[in-house]
Amino acid sequence: MKARGSIPALGLLCTLGTAAMAQHMHPSEAEAPPAPSSTAAPAMPMDDMPGMDMEPPQKTPAAKPHAAPRATKPAARAGHDAMAMPGMAHGGQAAGMPDMPHDRHAMDRQDMPHGGGEAMPGTAAGDGGTSMDGRPPNDHVPPAPPSGGPTPVPAARMADAMQMHGDAPRAMLRLDRLEYRRATRGDDGMAWEGEAWWGGDLDRLWLKSEGERGDGGLREARIELLWSHAAAAFWDWQLGVRHDAGGGPSRQWAAFGVQGLAPYWFELSATAYAGSGGRTAARLEASYELRFTQRLLLQPRLELDVYGRDDPARGVRAGLSEAEAGLRLRYEISRRFAPYLGIGWTRRFGRFDPPRRPEPARETAWVAGVRFWF
Amino acid sequence: MNRQDPRGVLLPRRRFVQGLALGGVAAGLGWAPWRAPAQAAPRAELRGTTFELEIGELPVDFTGRRRLATVVNGRLPAPLLRWRQGDTVTLRVRNVLPVTSSIHWHGIVLPADMDGVPGLSFDGIPPGGEYVYRFAVNQAGTYWYHGHSRFQEQTGLYGPIVIEPRGGERHPAERDHVVLLSDWTDDDPERIYANLKKQSDYYNRGEPTVGEFLRDAHARGLRAALDERRMWQRMRMDPSDLADVSGAAYTYLMNGHAPAANWTGLFAAGERVRLRFINGSSMSFFDVRIPGLKMTVVAADGQDVEPVSVDEFRLGTAETLDVIVRPAADRAWTIFAQSMDRSGYACGTLAPRPGLRAEVPPLDPRPRLAMADMMGAMGMAAPPAGADGMPGMDHAAMDRAGMGHAAMDHMAMGHGAGAAPAASAALATGPEVDMRVARPRTDLDDPGVGLRGNGRRVLGYADLRTLTAPISPRVDRELTLRLTGNMQRYLWSFDAARYAKAPPLRLRHGEHVRITLVNDTMMTHPIHLHGMWSELEDERGEFLVRKHTVSVQPAQRLSYRVSADAAGRWAYHCHLLYHMEAGMFREVVVA
Repeated sequence: MKARGSIPALGLLCTLGTAAMAQHMHPSEAEAPPAPSSTAAPAMPMDDMPGMDMEPPQKTPAAKPHAAPRATKPAARAGHDAMAMPGMAHGGQAAGMPDMPHDRHAMDRQDMPHGGGEAMPGTAAGDGGTSMDGRPPNDHVPPAPPSGGPTPVPAARMADAMQMHGDAPRAMLRLDRLEYRRATRGDDGMAWEGEAWWGGDLDRLWLKSEGERGDGGLREARIELLWSHAAAAFWDWQLGVRHDAGGGPSRQWAAFGVQGLAPYWFELSATAYAGSGGRTAARLEASYELRFTQRLLLQPRLELDVYGRDDPARGVRAGLSEAEAGLRLRYEISRRFAPYLGIGWTRRFGRFDPPRRPEPARETAWVAGVRFWF
Repeated sequence: MNRQDPRGVLLPRRRFVQGLALGGVAAGLGWAPWRAPAQAAPRAELRGTTFELEIGELPVDFTGRRRLATVVNGRLPAPLLRWRQGDTVTLRVRNVLPVTSSIHWHGIVLPADMDGVPGLSFDGIPPGGEYVYRFAVNQAGTYWYHGHSRFQEQTGLYGPIVIEPRGGERHPAERDHVVLLSDWTDDDPERIYANLKKQSDYYNRGEPTVGEFLRDAHARGLRAALDERRMWQRMRMDPSDLADVSGAAYTYLMNGHAPAANWTGLFAAGERVRLRFINGSSMSFFDVRIPGLKMTVVAADGQDVEPVSVDEFRLGTAETLDVIVRPAADRAWTIFAQSMDRSGYACGTLAPRPGLRAEVPPLDPRPRLAMADMMGAMGMAAPPAGADGMPGMDHAAMDRAGMGHAAMDHMAMGHGAGAAPAASAALATGPEVDMRVARPRTDLDDPGVGLRGNGRRVLGYADLRTLTAPISPRVDRELTLRLTGNMQRYLWSFDAARYAKAPPLRLRHGEHVRITLVNDTMMTHPIHLHGMWSELEDERGEFLVRKHTVSVQPAQRLSYRVSADAAGRWAYHCHLLYHMEAGMFREVVVA
């Protein structure tokens, strides 16, 4: 993504890479004398290292130094050696290759060991036809079986021994908003919105709360207790109860909703509620984070409340009852603690007159607060 | 190099801690040239056939804060163990921690009950208890050992192993230094893990910003910049998601030294210096280079490869790479190992005398994942089902993503050979899986995000070629596993099944299987199979390189052969520690 302008450079790199690989030399190509079976190739002068100069590949000696034969596996080793036939590798390679050599890199690489048409002794030639590239045998020795043999251990005990409790419950408390509000028309007040959860990776118990206090006490408050289950990559569904307090008689609701991350990184929460007496409601919350620096973020936020029927006692009328939009600029002193300043606009639709408290239909408020979690 | 008998290792403890404290103070201030660099501490090194190891705790101070590390014989990293090919080694490991512990010998072929994975190999080493490991060493090269109990590896339980080949080194060098890279944190790993579970980008301090967008729009045009962001945002993927835990929590160490403490490897001008790089970190990929020096790669994961000369290489977690350098001048060179997300670096110095330093290069710019890291090879043909009309997918984008003609050809071949895995059935997303790659890329020559087209010759897997023939000459059975995860929920798994709920993978003793891994995530996963080698193949099924840990890039598919010649129960997992703990782990049963 940020690699723009690097297309020519990349092409150059590919070319260089190809050239460098064309110069690859097998160590045995760099030094000629065949070594006795159990000793490594003699010192390779660094000056002869590939990529450092442009010498053409040297001829491969017919007798390639082999790793030491394993005393423990004489039979296998003998078998390998018996199959080691010079010249076999190249032929096998060609036969095993797809019809078209598409890959330039790979072709260069394959040309290398067979540079002079003299293949090194092969090892697994003919053995399944997968690798006949003329490499000397490896010195791998399979391990002895465990002394006790595999022991069946219950998964739970194993997870315990490994201390890998994948779904160990944990808890989190986050206050997204804890703020002082100063309305341009209306009063000052305190508002909060927060949540706490406890549980595993997929199933959690949530406690959510939001509300506002003014001079006259609690203006309105909502608290929800929800069971949350991860339903999709970015979405949880939630089921539970809601309790409303302040601003009139309290109300109880059953709640069902979804919460998660929508495409384009919108944090979204949509919940439907059903209350006693056929009351219904819905609530939508969306927010986004616009990052100016690694610590300074602007968060636009939108909240909509919809009700299915009038509730005059709480000053609620059917339909879109309240819409709230906000912009908060926060500075993350740490990931866990960030003070913010912001502004909020509230639009209340169809309030009954007179409501319990006179609340304006339109309200603008400056806010200052903190966001924190632990 | 000082040599000590197995009992002589407790001696340097005090000096060791002081050195760290000094380094830690300086590290807190960034590199402090006025501060005399700590002299290269003598590296504890044990050799022979009988070893006494004690796992315990040690107060350390890398950053100015005193913390308890998990150490072996009072050292971090744990002492270098030098074995000889053909020996049978006995390691008596005592645990004086208050919790169960374990040591796993990474990359060593050994009997299953010696592998050191609690729950699979044995019950772990209880507090105050001991376990005697005893096995024949039939291989040679650079390996390492580390704890396999919860997060003990993160807190310091790791050390190098060097096994001398029976017939002497293929490439003799006058100097031989182990360079073990790791990531130290002052935080409790449990807290890091919890933070990731609660906010998966907690440690990402390189997230896309408005300013970056504006610069991009200015440079490329609003349309292109917008298209690209729309693409990522629609998928709810983050192009800056390169490392789950970053320099925000880590101090990167080289042989236990913070950058300011300046680990120094000595040489004399003109000497050949073998550097045995080991990535002993818990969560970090390192991009390693020595500005001014060509490095000749001679071994990968302990196995000798055809020498290949490079400027830079990426070392995945748990991988090892041996290089030979030949500094010709009487001056210092910096070994620079920046983390893949460019949030920090480990560094040290190659110098003719202690106390010298060379210039430390600046970190490269933070890279962004390319479209190919999310989409694989898509965009070349008609988008498959499920990818509803992705905008911005054109050939230019693919080229930008490092997929040139070679990659295109690979794709064409993949079609021809019918090698593409079933593309439709297994492609559902869900709580465990936040993305799928319908048509993964197979470009093993791609060095990976942040290294593409950087003007340096960077090693890719396609450059590695093991000198000896594969252990598996044939393939009896094909297995495909998809690497899956959900970044937001911080869940990681194979085939969408986390360890706790996944059945073991069963291999018949003696069979040769081809395991194809398809990475359906945006992260690079270093996948480690215990007990058996992973013999990586190119796109045509030709053997490339024998490895114990294979890093699979985002949206990439690769295959390796496994010879199921090791009876027993084995671990198979992503070597990013928090991914493993989050479920990217399978039991493999060979019977």
